[in-house]
Amino acid sequence: MSSARNVYVGQEIERTEDFRFLKGRGTFVDDYEPAGLVHAAILRSSVPHGRIAGIDAAAALRMPGVLAVICARDIGPTIPRIPIRLAPIAGLEKYLQPVIAVDKVRYVGEPLAVIVADSRALAEDAAAKIAVTIEPLSPLPDWRTAETDAALLFEENGTNVSTRYTVGFGDTGTAFASADYTRSEFFRAHRHTAVPMETRGVVAEWDAAAGRLVVNGATKVTFFNRRALAAMMQMPESAIDLIELDVGGGFGVRGEFYPEDFLIPFAARKLGRPIKWIEDRLEHMQAANHSREIDCELEIACRRDGTIIGLRGKIFADMGAYTRTNSGVVPAKAAQFLHGPYRIPAIKIEVSAFMTSKTPVGTYRAPGRFESNFFRERLIDMAARDLGIDPVAIRRKNLIAVDEMPYSIGRLVPYETETAYDSGDYQAALDKCLETFGWKEKAKLQGQLIDGRYHGVGVACFVESGGAGPRENVRMTLERDGHIAVAVGSSVLGQGLETVFAQIAADAMSLPMETFRVSHGSTTIIDEGFGTYHSRAVVMGGSAVLDGSKNLLDAIRTAAAGQLACREEDVTLEDGAARGPGGSTLSFAQIADAAGPLTVNGTFANTKRTYSYGAHAAHVAVDARLGHVEILDYVAVEDVGRAINPALVHGQTFGAVVQGLGGVFLDHIIYDANAQLLNASLADYLLPTASDFPNVRGVTMDLHRSPSNPLGAKGAGEGGMVAVAATAGNAVAAALTAFNAEPKELPLSPPRLWRLIQSAKLS
Amino acid sequence: MKAASFEYVRPDRLESAIAFLTEHGEEAKVIAGGQSLVPMLAFRLTAPRFLVDIGRISELRRVGIDADGIRLGALARWRDIERNEELHRANPLLVEAIRHVAHYQIRNRGTVGGSLAHADPAAEMPGIAITCDAKIVAAGKQGQRVIQAADFFTGPLSTVLQPDELIVEVRLPPWQSGRRWAFVEFARRRGDFALAGIALFYDTENGKACNARVGAIGVADTPVRLQAVEATINGNTITENVIRAAGAAAFESVDPSDDIHAPGDYRRALLQVLTERALSSAAKPG
Amino acid sequence: MSPRQIARFTVNGKAYEAAVEPRTTLADCLRHDLKLTGTHVGCEHGVCGACTIIADGEAVRSCLMFAVQADGMDITTVEGLSERDRLSPLQVSFRKHHAVQCGFCTAGILTTAHILLTEEPDAAADRIRDVLSGNICRCTGYVQIIDAVLDARAAYKARDSR
Repeated sequence: MSSARNVYVGQEIERTEDFRFLKGRGTFVDDYEPAGLVHAAILRSSVPHGRIAGIDAAAALRMPGVLAVICARDIGPTIPRIPIRLAPIAGLEKYLQPVIAVDKVRYVGEPLAVIVADSRALAEDAAAKIAVTIEPLSPLPDWRTAETDAALLFEENGTNVSTRYTVGFGDTGTAFASADYTRSEFFRAHRHTAVPMETRGVVAEWDAAAGRLVVNGATKVTFFNRRALAAMMQMPESAIDLIELDVGGGFGVRGEFYPEDFLIPFAARKLGRPIKWIEDRLEHMQAANHSREIDCELEIACRRDGTIIGLRGKIFADMGAYTRTNSGVVPAKAAQFLHGPYRIPAIKIEVSAFMTSKTPVGTYRAPGRFESNFFRERLIDMAARDLGIDPVAIRRKNLIAVDEMPYSIGRLVPYETETAYDSGDYQAALDKCLETFGWKEKAKLQGQLIDGRYHGVGVACFVESGGAGPRENVRMTLERDGHIAVAVGSSVLGQGLETVFAQIAADAMSLPMETFRVSHGSTTIIDEGFGTYHSRAVVMGGSAVLDGSKNLLDAIRTAAAGQLACREEDVTLEDGAARGPGGSTLSFAQIADAAGPLTVNGTFANTKRTYSYGAHAAHVAVDARLGHVEILDYVAVEDVGRAINPALVHGQTFGAVVQGLGGVFLDHIIYDANAQLLNASLADYLLPTASDFPNVRGVTMDLHRSPSNPLGAKGAGEGGMVAVAATAGNAVAAALTAFNAEPKELPLSPPRLWRLIQSAKLS
Repeated sequence: MKAASFEYVRPDRLESAIAFLTEHGEEAKVIAGGQSLVPMLAFRLTAPRFLVDIGRISELRRVGIDADGIRLGALARWRDIERNEELHRANPLLVEAIRHVAHYQIRNRGTVGGSLAHADPAAEMPGIAITCDAKIVAAGKQGQRVIQAADFFTGPLSTVLQPDELIVEVRLPPWQSGRRWAFVEFARRRGDFALAGIALFYDTENGKACNARVGAIGVADTPVRLQAVEATINGNTITENVIRAAGAAAFESVDPSDDIHAPGDYRRALLQVLTERALSSAAKPG
Repeated sequence: MSPRQIARFTVNGKAYEAAVEPRTTLADCLRHDLKLTGTHVGCEHGVCGACTIIADGEAVRSCLMFAVQADGMDITTVEGLSERDRLSPLQVSFRKHHAVQCGFCTAGILTTAHILLTEEPDAAADRIRDVLSGNICRCTGYVQIIDAVLDARAAYKARDSR
């Protein structure tokens, strides 16, 4: 980074946004109440697959305080379908979701009608009075059922298999035929999801006179969503504002375009009233994207000394009932990240995606990676055990070396070009992890029964991509009072970007951090933004802020030269002032006061991903009679290239690891054999609490900068999640060596682990 | 998840509460702390016409301890029990079990009477009531009646309480000095409903156990007393063999069904382990 | 729809009167009738703890109370935890330890921790974790929250000894 100094960048600066959150003065979407507001509820299908015979809202409409009931027929002859934003794998586009159910319902929770009333409670009262007749069709509760095509979710498509493709490189045939050792296993990752603490919400306001629509509650990819909404509403984009307020977490699932993102604005325009819809938790569990449900048949080929010579696998992805804006990412990345941080000369992965009559699937933090790292790292441990090689040693043998960087992993994703790991010392990260963890000492406990519990330690290595392109933009304005407004296209979902971007700008411009006021996400503050996903905000948004800062200094220099009556090259900028050759100075505020506010744009474009990497280690104690696992110690190490604010990165690590451990032991979306969602509440869907995983430690390294952006940063935010199932799974397997019980299926909840142990005992 | 409409009444005396329930009981639900009832209302699992808030009937809040045992007013909260030093001595099993109930905020509102009336098969208070032979005092249009805990619970979330009745008090018998006891449960997370739980106690005479009482939660439609386990304890000194026999007897005593949290065979095996651990813990000196 | 009833209580030292349907929860009443939006609603069934407020000196889930039940109570919400524009010692500690990310669960954790430390300024880490296990956070993984509460104890002990 070509900045003058690092007063802020790299420091654990306390967050500016904390003030309002600590005082209870944040503005989340449900806190926004324009005058004349009315409220919406969504009537959702309780049938997983069926033909809609009728929706009779007459009784509902008669209730006082009920303003409207909107079904497909009230929207028009053509119901818009939600477009694909990312990962357009051929075939998926045939399974797009209409914004409201038309002739069929395909999952429990699918929107059937929008009810608008004076209060949310009244709207729910009215929903209960709507008579819906659905002729049930055979449910498709899992991919094996879907694959038979006995019942079709989309008759017009003739199949429930939405896409199938194969990727790879090298000669796996020869590798497997000639290998000293091969092993094939079948793994399962289970359906679970992000569950942010704030549910979704939309407040839509229609100004008929101006023909303008303002929608509050947007986030993540606001500009894409505006484009999509404009097309659906048949309005120019410029007539729609999507406003990002404070956001209570996203983790991938919030902010994508959902049916309600059309339905509520549509209703607002139709009724000419501002309408608020706040998703309740029951709805959220049914309606917000699910994720992680992937089965994988994976086979490894090694030399006797543990060198991996081939990997081949089949990914079976349960996609739910519809292709969401980004659902292709999940199977595509699961396949790609099977490769991991290892030298694998031959790889072949077949990917199949199946539509089932369950909530549609989308990306959830470390999508596809959480799953595939579990599959691969478990298999590596099994191979190590078979070959009599230490699990750390086998990894050392195969980890890509620092001098092999950049390391190409070819084209393992159909909609992407060839990619390469940019930089990194994977051995160093593993070393750091093992040393911090105390692996040498703890490994002595491997498999031992102590005080009635079996102890085990496990390790996993990972690589994670970040900094997705193509671009991010910023607009910076030096105000008359000397403050600088920074408007970024990045979205904020809790990561502290208001502070991080101020740190970057402050160092770039040699000004105090308090000078800067960061706004984000809304389509009103900048012409084009690209948003927050794939750990890109700091890399892309931060680099754009750098560019904008440089441009603003140039603009200040030009204005100063004019006001100081000298040449630009004779102006020195220092400590918030411009000094001319004669010694006269003007503060930035004075310059802006005279010239008017100075506005510049900044941008950063990048097609090269960044790759963070690291290793995790865990020490577990398993009570085999209860099937209960206690995490005695967990260490997560990641090299993020450059930590702009190490405390914030640390926070992301803790959050990701704990959320990930929930995904191993607690979180579980449960459907029955009839595709009925059984646990749509937080009483029955278990999230980790403060007492569940207290022993988590994180180390953030900034060892190897990324060469592909001026900050040198690699994305952070998802890396902490990537290796959690792998690490915990390996530790539990190590603990259960005495039973010869190999965990291959998630979740490792007590009843399931107990059953694994029982079955192992019997065989 | 907004509740369906209801009319709200808040009698400040027991008599007026009973009078109201006498007239409207079929269409009413009684609310005290609301920690179990309000979620049911929010999910519209229940939609009563009337909500009768007994939370301000102060006479129902009293806790008394004397030679005849313990009297817990129906409105005694978990918090009140936790903070009552005398109760720790008067029935340590009760206090230990209560430590497992829900969370800090819930314990400030949840009540003894509410828990018993709600009758969740995995709840601790009903388990203690069964194990300790509690007497549940209910008041209704025909006056008060005393119901043995063993007769009180009829099924999941179901009791013998009539629409005109509410619980006013729970009586626990006096606690013998020298009594051995244990409460062990296994839940997925701190404060969650137990997948299974055991409450037990026994006295000793001439070095042998007697008067054993064993109750289990989470393994049947109601809390259950495990007489077969008591039989393995009574008349014996507690050895490893007795502990194993107790566990085996617990396993044989129950046939839990499958649900989303655990399959029946797991709960059964779990109960066996918890029984062994509880008995082992109770038998430990000190 | 049930006719509205008047609920009267004090919030953060100020007397309020709200005409509410009986089915209106205290959380919704605070947020939408009294416009005190600092208290958040995360689940409406008493599990997540985001809605925790202080009623008559005790931490309670405001989504599990109807506003009419709070009649006569003395309530403190997150907005009442700091004086004017200054952060309380507990809030300062949260900021110092980076215990806030998206901020949605924060109010419920602050009220709970405040009461806990008021009653138990010596609370150890296990006790703090135990009590805060009734407040779900999806962002932080709790580590920095526990550190913040531990660090804030000194201020409550000082208060105690005055």
